Amino acid sequence: MTAGADSPLLEVRNLAMHFPVTEGVVLSRKIGDVKAVDGVDFTIGRGETLGLVGESGCGKTTTGRCILRLEKPTAGQILFDGQDISHMGRKDLVGLRRRMQVIFQDPYSSLNPRMKVGDIVGEPIKVHGVEPDARKRDLRVRELLSVCGLDAKFADRYPHEMSGGQRQRVGIARALALDPEFIVCDEAVSALDVSIQAQIVNLLEDLRERFNLTYLFIAHDLSVVRHLCQRVAVMYLGRIVEMAAVDELFDNPLHPYTQALLAAVPIPDPRVEATRDFRPAPGEVPSPINPPSGCVFHPRCPMAVENCMRARPVLRELRPGHWVACSEAN
Amino acid sequence: MSALLDVRNLRTEFRTGAGLVRAVDGVSYTVDPGETVAIVGESGSGKSVSALSVLRLIADPPGRITGGQIVFDGRDLLSLSAAEMRQIRGRDIGMVFQEPMTSLNPVLTIGRQITEVLEAHQDADRAAAERRALELLELVGIADAPRRLRQYPHQLSGGMRQRVMIAVALACNPKLIIADEPTTALDVTIQAQILELMKSLTLKLNVALIVITHNLGVVARYAHRVNVMYAGRIVESGPADAIYHDPRHPYTIALLKSVPRLDQPRRARLDPVEGQPPDLTRLDGGCAFRPRCRFAVEQCAQSIPPLAASGEAGHLAACFRSAELGAAAQTTVQAAE
Ligand SMILES: Nc1ncnc2c1ncn2[C@@H]1O[C@H](COP(=O)(O)OP(=O)(O)OP(=O)(O)O)[C@@H](O)[C@H]1O
Ligand SMILES: Nc1ncnc2c1ncn2[C@@H]1O[C@H](COP(=O)(O)OP(=O)(O)OP(=O)(O)O)[C@@H](O)[C@H]1O
Ligand code: SF4
Ligand code: SF4
Ligand SMILES: [Mg+2]
Ligand SMILES: [Mg+2]
Repeated sequence: MTAGADSPLLEVRNLAMHFPVTEGVVLSRKIGDVKAVDGVDFTIGRGETLGLVGESGCGKTTTGRCILRLEKPTAGQILFDGQDISHMGRKDLVGLRRRMQVIFQDPYSSLNPRMKVGDIVGEPIKVHGVEPDARKRDLRVRELLSVCGLDAKFADRYPHEMSGGQRQRVGIARALALDPEFIVCDEAVSALDVSIQAQIVNLLEDLRERFNLTYLFIAHDLSVVRHLCQRVAVMYLGRIVEMAAVDELFDNPLHPYTQALLAAVPIPDPRVEATRDFRPAPGEVPSPINPPSGCVFHPRCPMAVENCMRARPVLRELRPGHWVACSEAN
Repeated sequence: MSALLDVRNLRTEFRTGAGLVRAVDGVSYTVDPGETVAIVGESGSGKSVSALSVLRLIADPPGRITGGQIVFDGRDLLSLSAAEMRQIRGRDIGMVFQEPMTSLNPVLTIGRQITEVLEAHQDADRAAAERRALELLELVGIADAPRRLRQYPHQLSGGMRQRVMIAVALACNPKLIIADEPTTALDVTIQAQILELMKSLTLKLNVALIVITHNLGVVARYAHRVNVMYAGRIVESGPADAIYHDPRHPYTIALLKSVPRLDQPRRARLDPVEGQPPDLTRLDGGCAFRPRCRFAVEQCAQSIPPLAASGEAGHLAACFRSAELGAAAQTTVQAAE
């Protein structure tokens, strides 16, 4: 069963992923849950890039891993091309693996150091039995490398013989090997040098256009997210607190947390910085094991009122397509 | 005013399987008392090695400081004994690194990490050291300091550990702090807190700061002066405003153009620094940026451009064409707008 072309490629409904927290080594007993993802809803249209931002530990990677079904969610639905994959078993997932891929942050650790680049890129093709003929597989690998801006001679090199940017290109080539429709980019450019980061961002954009790819782009660099994404969701402690089209979110952030994130980004221009009001949000992200009551942002929120400690705000559509989980926003 | 730190023609090399790496290849710069100097540049360009060389923390083998002078507060650090150098480190020069987890001792309490430094350098007695430790934790904005003193590094968040590192660095009233990517591992809101803290403390205590970072926004916000490194050399150096508004080296120009900015309209496409970082074992006798440089001419292959005055006072660039670039950069910017 597949959905129509105008329906979203991915629909996530009330997704939750709770990890048990245990105590004791011999007789471990459960003392609570880490609510890594705690009721998340969003959709991603075909060919669209949704950015997922938020501070460390807010559940971005876990959300991505659930969608890729590297994790079995505790609750909720994940509709990929109209089909609920949240409870699929191993066998059914094999077909899905070809359609969804991931690009990780660290090109150094995500590539097998003992394999040649050509074998790394060709491995998924081999494993999935897409191209049993070794010579044709080889041609395909070279084509993938060239699509990613790498000379064919790199096929015979090892990852440690390449720069960080080149290794990330290898990671991207491998992700493309099976012609996926959907790619989770989890901090895919975060570890790269600034000068190389722009090259890879451009490459991801070119590939999106060329192969009509859909991305979930997880990142903490808000300026890169603004450049690359059409829509952006902001997470805090396992929940989406704000979601909107990219210009709407950056020009008109309505949630105090989004405002705090944007205010904390220094602008690369001393003249701008000299005149800017700069007051970093106080405090740190609380433990997800014992989240604050009511609105989980209330201990750090400059706009908090009495009621914020009691009632958990729901995500409301305050303007068309602009969703905010703050009872004080309007 | 004489400089607090005067690094002259510093050279540090590593012997590696692939060949000799001139990680720092004739680097000169100064830091004035109370001044914040940023070092930026590509990964592998020698930022950390140049800072570790100042502290004489280069492991030998494979590394060795092979030349130059490092004059700190009137003394040449390269002529000091290892014992004298240990006294300088931690007392006169504080250090803050990217990953506090590896610089803090995991089996010592937070309080002990600080009192150890105080006892080593200031022969303070235990009780005085403990009072000072408490005072320092409060200074760096750690709430609930008495309880935190008894905790271990793993019980603290990344941001709090970095605050502890700053407290340790400040413990003996240093004149200089060297911070290598102090906030790179932290979230933006925590990064902002830590940087504002460092700024207010360096101002209040008149401590000079060398901050190594790849974040051009952080540099713009905090640095008085900037050194841009490429392939083991400083290729441009000057007041922050000159570096950002009148860059005179093609690498600096390209670097500044490659980052998307939140305060500007979204661009259709980013403008990256093309090409690959240089292989330091294969540098020739020409400008190391040449293979990636849009302005390269014949001369650039023949010799290495020296760091020379360009533009306003105190602004230096190592490029044969830097005089033309002030103007050229402006026309390209105008053309793009
Ligand atoms: N397998 C697991 N078992 C227990 N807790 C986990 C597990 N995986 C993640 N967590 C916890 O879930 C929360 C969310 O983690 P996640 O890695 O999704 O965050 P993130 O937003 O990707 O953070 P970062 O920006 O640091 O990558 C964290 O508190 C984390 O410690
Ligand atoms: N212990 C070592 N052995 C061999 N080579 C080394 C060693 N330490 C550093 N180098 C080399 O020296 C050069 C400069 O390294 P350095 O760590 O100073 O770079 P950096 O500018 O700090 O980069 P980054 O931004 O990645 O931290 C690099 O080419 C590096 O490979
Ligand atoms: S609901 Fe209250 S505490 Fe939460 S973000 Fe809005 S104002 Fe702040
Ligand atoms: S010296 Fe030549 S190659 Fe080097 S930066 Fe200047 S113009 Fe470019
Ligand atoms: Mg993550
Ligand atoms: Mg470094």
